[in-house]
Amino acid sequence: MTANMCNASAASQDLDLESVRGDFPALDQQVHGHPLIYLDNAATSQKPRAVLEAMQRYYERDNSNVHRGIHELSNRATTGYEGARERAARFINAGRAEDIVFTRGTTEGINLAAQAWGRRRLGAGDVILLTEMEHHSNLVPWQLVARQTGARLEFVPVTGDEGLLDLDRLDACLSSRVRLFAFTHVSNTLGTVNPAAELCREARRRGIPTLVDAAQSAGHMPVDVQSLGCDFLAFSGHKICGPTGIGVLFGRPERWAEMDPYQGGGEMILSVGYEASTWKEPPHMFEAGTPNIAGAIGLHAAMDYLDRLGRGRIFEHDQALGEYARERLSTLPGIRILGPPRGRAGLVSFHLRDVHAHDVVTMADHYGLALRGGHHCNQPLMRKLGLDSTVRASFYFYNRLSEVDRLVEVLGIIQQYFNRGAA
Amino acid sequence: MSSHLDELYQEVILDHSRNPRNYHKLEGATRVIEGNNPLCGDQVTVYIKMDGDRIADVTFQGSGCAISKAAASLMTANLKGKTRAEARHLFEEYLRMVTTGKVDPDMSQKLIAFAGVHQFPARVKCAVLPWRAVVNALGDDPPAAPVSTE
Ligand SMILES: Cc1ncc(COP(=O)(O)O)c(C=O)c1O
Repeated sequence: MTANMCNASAASQDLDLESVRGDFPALDQQVHGHPLIYLDNAATSQKPRAVLEAMQRYYERDNSNVHRGIHELSNRATTGYEGARERAARFINAGRAEDIVFTRGTTEGINLAAQAWGRRRLGAGDVILLTEMEHHSNLVPWQLVARQTGARLEFVPVTGDEGLLDLDRLDACLSSRVRLFAFTHVSNTLGTVNPAAELCREARRRGIPTLVDAAQSAGHMPVDVQSLGCDFLAFSGHKICGPTGIGVLFGRPERWAEMDPYQGGGEMILSVGYEASTWKEPPHMFEAGTPNIAGAIGLHAAMDYLDRLGRGRIFEHDQALGEYARERLSTLPGIRILGPPRGRAGLVSFHLRDVHAHDVVTMADHYGLALRGGHHCNQPLMRKLGLDSTVRASFYFYNRLSEVDRLVEVLGIIQQYFNRGAA
Repeated sequence: MSSHLDELYQEVILDHSRNPRNYHKLEGATRVIEGNNPLCGDQVTVYIKMDGDRIADVTFQGSGCAISKAAASLMTANLKGKTRAEARHLFEEYLRMVTTGKVDPDMSQKLIAFAGVHQFPARVKCAVLPWRAVVNALGDDPPAAPVSTE
C-alpha cells in the first residue's frame, strides 16, 4: 500500500498496487528521461507477465492447428482454444460456450453482427438505432449495412458536455421501425457509463434486439450478459490486458439462428462441393480459417488475471482515479472537461484553451506521460460539441493517484510554456 | 524544458500559431483546396489566386495544432509571388528539411524554424499538410479531391 493510495476511497484500498505494477514489465521504464506514466489505457492496456508467458508456453510446447489434427499437439491446441471460449463465457456470464465467437476485436465483432445478422434481417425503411456517442467502430459498420439494405440510421441524442444520453427521448427513439439498438456501454471519449441494462430492457419490451459495445467496460467492471439482457456484446482482448488480434462477440442463440456465415473458408464448413457447401453450427460457423489460437490463450490468461483482482475492485479504483482527475484538472485555467461529473469511468477528456491537443500530447510525452489527443474515433460527437480534438487521460488499475498529480503538474507547465511571450 | 521541445516550438512558430498571417478567405480565389488530417481532425482550407504562372495571393483558414497553423501561416508568407515551379521547388526543399533536418542554404530564415520537426516523426504531417494542399492545387486541372495526410 502506498501513501497515495491511502487517500483513495476506502473501497480501493485492498488493491495492492505495487505488487500489481510489478506484474507489468512495460510499466517499468523511462521515457525521455522520466518514469513512464501510462495514461492511454482506453486505447490499449499493458500486458501482465502471466499473459506473455501463457502465449510463450503455447508456442514453445503446444503450437499446432486446431480441430483438424488427431495428433497430440493438435489436441492440446484445440483444448487450449476451446478452453479459452469457455473462460470467455464465464467472464461475461454467458450461458453456453457456444455463444462465444472469437473475432479480431470489437470492431470485427460489430462488423460480423452487422453483416451476418443485419444484412439478412434488415430492409428498406428499417431503422438501426445508435447513439451520438458511438465510436466509429459502432457507426461505420452500420452505415455500410444501411447502404446495402436500404435501412436508415437514427441516434439517441447526447445532452452536451456532461455527456449523458437523453433518456427522455428514448421512448420516441425506440419506434416501431427500429430493428436493432446498438450502443456503447462506456464512452471512450466522455467516460459516461450508460445504463446498459435499462436500455436493453426498454428495447426488449418492444421486441428490439440490442448490441452492446463493451470495449471500454469488459475489463473495467463486472459485465454479465444475462443481467444486462443484451442480444450481442463485443469486446477486445487488447484493452483488457490480453494480446492484440483477439476479441469476443457474444450472441444469444436466437440471434445466431437468424444469421448467415460471415466469411467462408476452412474450419467453418461441414461439407463442401464445387457448387455449394454446408456449414457448421455457431460458433464455428463464424470462425473461418485458422483462428488466433495463441491470442485466445493469452486472452484466457488475461481474464484469469482480471478476475483474480476482481473487476468490482478494478472499477472502484478506476472510478476513484477518474473522479480525482476531474477534480484536480478543474483547477487549471481555461480547461473544458467533458463527461459527467459523477459516476464516470476511469477516463477524462478535456480541452485546454490556447493549447491544441496535439501540442499537449507531444509535450507531455517528453515528461514521460502517454496521453491521447485527437477526436478519439468520435468525429461526429466532437463536431456536435464544437471541438476539433481533446486530450484524454485514461486509467487502469495499475495507475496511481500520484500519476494524476503529475499529470496536472505537467499540464500546468505546458500551459505556461505556450503562453510565454503571449500578450 | 527539453531542448528538443524548444527546437520544435520555436518563438516564430508560437508567434505564427497565435497570430496566423493571411488568415482569411480570399475574394476572387482561382483555387480553393481543403486538406485534412483524419488522425487528429486538423483541417485547413487554402485559397490561391493565380496570375498566369504566378501565385498572386494565397491565404488560409482552418483549425489545428500550433505546428500546422504556423506551417500554413509561414507558407502563405513565403509563396506569394512565386511561380509554380518555384513553389514546387520550395516545397521539395521544405519537405526534405522537415523529414531529415537537412537545410538548403537558400531556405528562408523563418521556414528554418521547422527543421526541428524531423525529430518528431508523428508531427511531420502537421508541418506538411498545408503545403500538400497547395502543391496539389497548383496542377493545371482543378484538383478532384481534398488532400489528406493518410
Ligand atoms: C467504445 C469503443 N468501441 C470500439 C473500439 C474498437 O476496438 P478495437 O479497435 O479493439 O476493435 C474502441 C477502441 O478504441 C472503443 O473505445
